[in-house]
Amino acid sequence: MNRDNQTPLTTSLSVETETIPGSEVLIRSLMAEGVDTIFGYPGGAIMPVFDALYDHKDKIRHILVRHEQGALHAAQGYARVSEKVGVALVTSGPGATNAITGITDAMMDSTPLVVIAGQVNSTLLGSDAFQEADVIGVTQPITKWAYQVRRAEDIAWAVSRAFYIASSGRPGPVVLDIAKDAQVLKCDYAYQKTTFLRSYHPLPEVEEDKIKMAADLINSAKKPFALIGQGVILGNAEEELRAFLEKGGIPFGSTILGLSAIPSDHPLNQGMLGMHGNVAPNIKTNECDVLIAIGMRFDDRVTGDLKTYAKQAKVIHFDIDLAEMDKNVKTTVKVLGDAKQTLPMVTRLIENKSYPEWLEEFKPYEQKEYDCIIKNELYPENGGEIKMGEVVNKVTEATQNKAICVTDVGQHQMMATRYFKYNQSRSMVTSGGLGTMGFGLPAGIGAKYGAPGRTVCIFVGDGGLQMTIQEFGTIMEYGIDVKIILLNNNYLGMVRQWQELFFDERYSETHLKNPDFIKIADAYNIRGRKVTQRAELDAAIQEMLQHKGAYLLEVVVETKGMVYPMVPAGGNITNIILGNGYTL
Amino acid sequence: MDGNKTLYTITIFSENTVGVLNQIATIFTRRQLNIETLSVSPSAIRGIHKFTITTFSDDEEVMKKLVRLIDKRVDILKAYFNTDEDLVHQELALYKLSTDKVMEHGSIEYLVRKYNIRILEANKDCVVFLKAGHYEETQGLFEELADTIGVLQFVRSGRIAITKSKVERLSDMLAKWEQQRNGIGKPENLVQNL
Repeated sequence: MNRDNQTPLTTSLSVETETIPGSEVLIRSLMAEGVDTIFGYPGGAIMPVFDALYDHKDKIRHILVRHEQGALHAAQGYARVSEKVGVALVTSGPGATNAITGITDAMMDSTPLVVIAGQVNSTLLGSDAFQEADVIGVTQPITKWAYQVRRAEDIAWAVSRAFYIASSGRPGPVVLDIAKDAQVLKCDYAYQKTTFLRSYHPLPEVEEDKIKMAADLINSAKKPFALIGQGVILGNAEEELRAFLEKGGIPFGSTILGLSAIPSDHPLNQGMLGMHGNVAPNIKTNECDVLIAIGMRFDDRVTGDLKTYAKQAKVIHFDIDLAEMDKNVKTTVKVLGDAKQTLPMVTRLIENKSYPEWLEEFKPYEQKEYDCIIKNELYPENGGEIKMGEVVNKVTEATQNKAICVTDVGQHQMMATRYFKYNQSRSMVTSGGLGTMGFGLPAGIGAKYGAPGRTVCIFVGDGGLQMTIQEFGTIMEYGIDVKIILLNNNYLGMVRQWQELFFDERYSETHLKNPDFIKIADAYNIRGRKVTQRAELDAAIQEMLQHKGAYLLEVVVETKGMVYPMVPAGGNITNIILGNGYTL
Repeated sequence: MDGNKTLYTITIFSENTVGVLNQIATIFTRRQLNIETLSVSPSAIRGIHKFTITTFSDDEEVMKKLVRLIDKRVDILKAYFNTDEDLVHQELALYKLSTDKVMEHGSIEYLVRKYNIRILEANKDCVVFLKAGHYEETQGLFEELADTIGVLQFVRSGRIAITKSKVERLSDMLAKWEQQRNGIGKPENLVQNL
């Protein structure tokens, strides 16, 4: 490794050094980065680190999960609600490969993580040693940075870089693969935070002319529309965004991951974008004259068919990542930079405006969606099976829209993202890009550690819950107060929905014969209640929220419920299926 | 070779760390781009390696996206692409011929003059030619030798290339980045001309 012209070696600094084992260097380096919570699972090649951790229990809390995938999702949940870097600690070989799904999920959803994996002795590398896997080779494409540490003296340096890279610019996961002998051997220790790498420039310079061009375009707009993504939240630019939208009078829609950036009831908020998003913002995307994308990446679930997407509009794209510019949608003005910097610069130049007629145009679609879909989903009048949306709505109301909403993946996820409401940022934790079933339960555990003062509601389906149900053990061991709302339809509901719509109702392998979830929860000492009747629902939700400690509320919902509206994958964003015979 | 497509030359400057090639290759793979030629060596700046990669594409937008994705990797300092008109480029080729066949053929002065061949080795078993040039030139010689004398072994290097423009982009950028670093380090000492 050549370090010419790079961050100086710690040993060359005039800081007092001390000779300690690599494992101790690692723990002290983590503490120097402000880490106080780690999610992990021990094993042979990481034992020296766990041994060192034993001496620092008062400073670093380790949460022993039940599977490494759980450690990763918990670290993700923690990072998503807290602005901190999530840290996961796993062993070599299977420990590291079990972490792959969570690492990929974090890469897709720009979640800052540092994943520390043990590795076999450096002398054994490449020999197919016991529990050896080529972790760097496997993780390079799914991380922002992956680095193998083979010497104790490189540990502090690597940790310092890892935290800088994970948390700066567009955040993402970093993997450190640390050979066992590097953990054991002694070296000098002194820590220096990384603030500069010559090959990595997380904060692009703002181009003033682009700011001017963006403002001019916005000032000339008759029908501006903004798309809000998670970049706003990651950049802590919620206030700047709000000021921008309010001064410009610009209506906006939000991606799933951007959902809580601005309160749900904001008068300019037109709801969620994309496949199962609201009707009005999807339709208006293809009618606006200036489309302003802020910290979002034009995912295919948002855009549908790119050939028919917002072709009439001039597009302004605010993003910190140059590689996102023109990736999917060709833009007129690219405003590269941190939204916290660029938004106020544009806000200064735009005129105070409002577009009452343009805003009025959203309303018929909003009403149509309410009449055809929302009303019956949230307030069904004719009895029948309990609806998924109804449960979500009751939970968000019972928490005064103050809770953190964590979801797994599937129909319940779309219902939760459609109907949960927010009045605070960093309140939506879901697997957006990768769509990882099994994400919800462990992510909710992490979210509770990241925001201990807040109520955490985890919506899961009967399929996804069983992918990481072992984390009930973690909840039991640490007494983690999470509210788990299981929307049970005994189906892999989203796949079943597609089978109904696009595969001639051929329900191939989507029905599930499920266990008694309440009994399972009981075995883990988690209080639970199963609701099959609508009349019991309100009381059960109250019981769940008032209970001190974890609670599993299983609601048996409509067996063949459908998530509408729906834009078929790859279709025109305005070709929206409303279901139940309704048409736009 | 693909007639409808343009040959792009991608130049990448990277830190000299283990696994950079793998990171770059993955980006080509995901975009379903074939690497035609590849050449890697230390650059004029200590500790920085230079990759020269050629690939065919019918869409310049794809190249823009490709270099942005490469540039985004933490260990990459800079990536850019050019077409042939921006570049002075060269490949090397070695040709091993049977000495007996060469003697049977008679005079090779004509070939040596026509193709500007250098002879690196001549012994009782074989003669080795070296030719530097563009693809068409090294290929032209190969075809003529194959038809007339027969080629025992043939190898061609990846392309190396240098831009015709006056300013070397990387050295300017390095100087700027070093200045941004709150006065740490003196750019004039760190940056040499390429």
